[in-house]
Amino acid sequence: MKNVICHILKRIGASLATIFVISLIIFIGVELLPGDVADTVLGQSATPETVEAFRKELKLDLPPHIRYVAWLKNFVQGDFGNSLANKRPVAELISWRFSNTLFLAGTTALIAVPLAILLGILAAFYRNTLYDKVISTTTLSFISFPEFFVAYILIALFSVKMELFPSIAMIDPHMGLGRKFYTILLPALTLTCVVTAHMMRQTRAAIINVLASAYIEMAEIKGIRRLRIIIHHAFPNSLSPVINVVAVNLAYLVVGVVIVEVVFVYPGLGQLLVDSVAKRDLPVVQASGLIFSITYIGLNLLADVLSMLSNPKLRQSQF
Amino acid sequence: MSNILTIKNLYIEAYSEEKWQPIVKDISLTLKKGEVLGLIGESGAGKSTIGLAAMGYTRQGCRLASGSINLDGVELMGASDEDLRLVRGSKIAYVAQSAAASFNPSHRIIKQHVEAPVQHGIMSFSEAQKEAIKLYRRVFLPNPEKIGLRYPHELSGGQLQRAMVAMAMSCEPQIIVFDEPTTALDVTTQIEVLAAVKEITEKMNKAALYITHDLAVVAQVAHRIMVLRNGRLVEEGETRALIRKPKQAYTRELLNVRSLREEKNESEKMDVILTVKNVAATYTGEENVLEDINLTVRKGRTVAVVGESGSGKSTLARVITGLLPATQGSINFLGQDLPLELKHRTKDNLRRLQMIYQMPDTALNPKQTVRRVIGRPLEFYFNMSGKKADDRIRELLSSIELEPDAYINRLTTELSGGEKQRICIARALAARPDLIICDEVTSALDQLVAEGILDLLQDLQNKTDISYLFITHDLATVKAISDKIVIMLEGKIIEQGAKREILTPPHHEYTDKLLSSIPEMDPEWLDNLLDERLDSFI
Repeated sequence: MKNVICHILKRIGASLATIFVISLIIFIGVELLPGDVADTVLGQSATPETVEAFRKELKLDLPPHIRYVAWLKNFVQGDFGNSLANKRPVAELISWRFSNTLFLAGTTALIAVPLAILLGILAAFYRNTLYDKVISTTTLSFISFPEFFVAYILIALFSVKMELFPSIAMIDPHMGLGRKFYTILLPALTLTCVVTAHMMRQTRAAIINVLASAYIEMAEIKGIRRLRIIIHHAFPNSLSPVINVVAVNLAYLVVGVVIVEVVFVYPGLGQLLVDSVAKRDLPVVQASGLIFSITYIGLNLLADVLSMLSNPKLRQSQF
Repeated sequence: MSNILTIKNLYIEAYSEEKWQPIVKDISLTLKKGEVLGLIGESGAGKSTIGLAAMGYTRQGCRLASGSINLDGVELMGASDEDLRLVRGSKIAYVAQSAAASFNPSHRIIKQHVEAPVQHGIMSFSEAQKEAIKLYRRVFLPNPEKIGLRYPHELSGGQLQRAMVAMAMSCEPQIIVFDEPTTALDVTTQIEVLAAVKEITEKMNKAALYITHDLAVVAQVAHRIMVLRNGRLVEEGETRALIRKPKQAYTRELLNVRSLREEKNESEKMDVILTVKNVAATYTGEENVLEDINLTVRKGRTVAVVGESGSGKSTLARVITGLLPATQGSINFLGQDLPLELKHRTKDNLRRLQMIYQMPDTALNPKQTVRRVIGRPLEFYFNMSGKKADDRIRELLSSIELEPDAYINRLTTELSGGEKQRICIARALAARPDLIICDEVTSALDQLVAEGILDLLQDLQNKTDISYLFITHDLATVKAISDKIVIMLEGKIIEQGAKREILTPPHHEYTDKLLSSIPEMDPEWLDNLLDERLDSFI
């Protein structure tokens, strides 16, 4: 067990290093954006004097490495700076949006992950039968459609035709939890359609891959029921690839859902990021970018640790 | 006594080249209560297929074509999946060749043990656990109360195999099918498993099919033996009669114990080509896996390095080739000290020291033709190409007794195991080496094929005066090929000397254990040995 903790600590260290490198890339990337922030923000009122004053105020006149260190230092302390567009603290802007994004991603994950794994197990169990083909084809068609298309179809069906759910997922902090779920059901369903296929196919492939092992043959020869073989013998040994694909999809749910957010006018972080890029609101862009990276790396780290813990050999061995 | 298993005119087919082709042809057998029937043959003989068919089971891509399989009054041919499932594990159980692969790595040993009785509704979980511990004791597992709580990777190969024998007994089946249960084990471990098998079949009076390619092993446990070849029965008989008077030529071939080669005298005047002096090596940087290794190889002679798995014999090969640099000592080759690290060695160093591996399948690139495989060292070391290279490749193919025209353009995947190993030999010879390290080169091959390879290596040595460092765990091979024997245990050389010296008593204690563990054809051999070793077993 000591070795495992040691290994996990090492992985966390590596993740921190990665995040550091990414923060550099984000900062340099933003530096390289063409045009001048002061010019863009000031727009019509930009005179040489106002621009100069603005640059001073934002400390844009300092050399980049000093600004980078200052930015990173503040970021670590939770101070993301102030928005250029409306002067409010970035942290305040982002925290509400980010919690919304997490809420949508979490809700989707609650529906999609169990569904995908169940469908994957069933597809493996009924491998090469009609059922398997139907599941595969259906889920595949869903990822073949663009997200906005699926979104509009669902809107047309459930909010226009049947009038069951709202087409605009506008939530506010005062809503109750139940109300919130109800409001975001359509975007959550849209995202479920998008991520299920990938996870389900990986689950199916991982299980089928394991089904060729000698211990599966042994279980069959012991006279164990097929369903039990799949769930009890094959699934635990295919966890590692499944965990990884789930992590990648969860990360996608956090960082890649901007289109769905736009379609449903959902107040998530993705939409904020897009708006801020348009407005050249650099503190917001930098902070969002870094938060997305941290989420992504964190989820992958979690996946690594979990898949290691799922394997008794790795759990106990020396690294 | 009535038969509990009757197989009649069984045909089994496999799907290959887009049609069903028979792989087991017209096999009939019967098994009485308490009787052990040995099925023997080389790979492809269909013995495992028959063993599985006795449970109504076929591997993917195979099918039971015709005939009858009657297990204790139940016809398995054409039975429903559910009926077959009810029989498997409860009435007839299976012990697989590789216990390491056949235990689920995610579950504890005892959990897998009790699964069959609980799922078949024979016992409750706690009853099954108590029975499991009793069985662990019967198969001589250490610490029977606690060992079941371990995961498969925490047991040694021999322990796992015994745990699997115990698991097969979990439902008290009528018949157990043993499918090469000792093939992957060292000779000394093999004894432990054979003792467990005997315990089950004799003391608990279970019937068994015992499948193996090793006649000496089957002679210890079986009452009757069936010899199979290419899916057909060659001959069948009571064990003693079959061993004493085999009727068929093929059985006689299998029986032929490798003749002891007369060792060539190792005079002091012979050139020493390899001297390993005080060598130590480590993987982790802390513990030495090799310590104080001293040995010499002379020109035109074969030195066999013998030991069980984990003894460090393959590591020694890695150290000599420089793949794992020695941390201490020196390696002198052809009169000069070799750099210990591979990257510091010259091309000429590399050329003169070649290696042949255990698994010809993985040692050959499946996308390359024989011409490319053998041509590569010619190009690399001698800058040979075109007609000149082609002639040399043909010459090499002739020297390994493969018809050049028939083989030169084949892909390596289009060869049999023995042919692949021959290609590996040709590839090593292409470099015109002075020494070839042979790492378990025959252990993945069938007995008769292996003998062909050993003969070939011998011929080549007689013709070219090449030297071999022969690494193996198989003492029969050692007897057949070596001039000098080096015995290793736990990373150290415990005894070395001329073959005759080592093989004649008095032996070092461990050498004695190794030598006495090689099964002999005598059916009494195991019983006598177990009586002798009784003390160490309990």
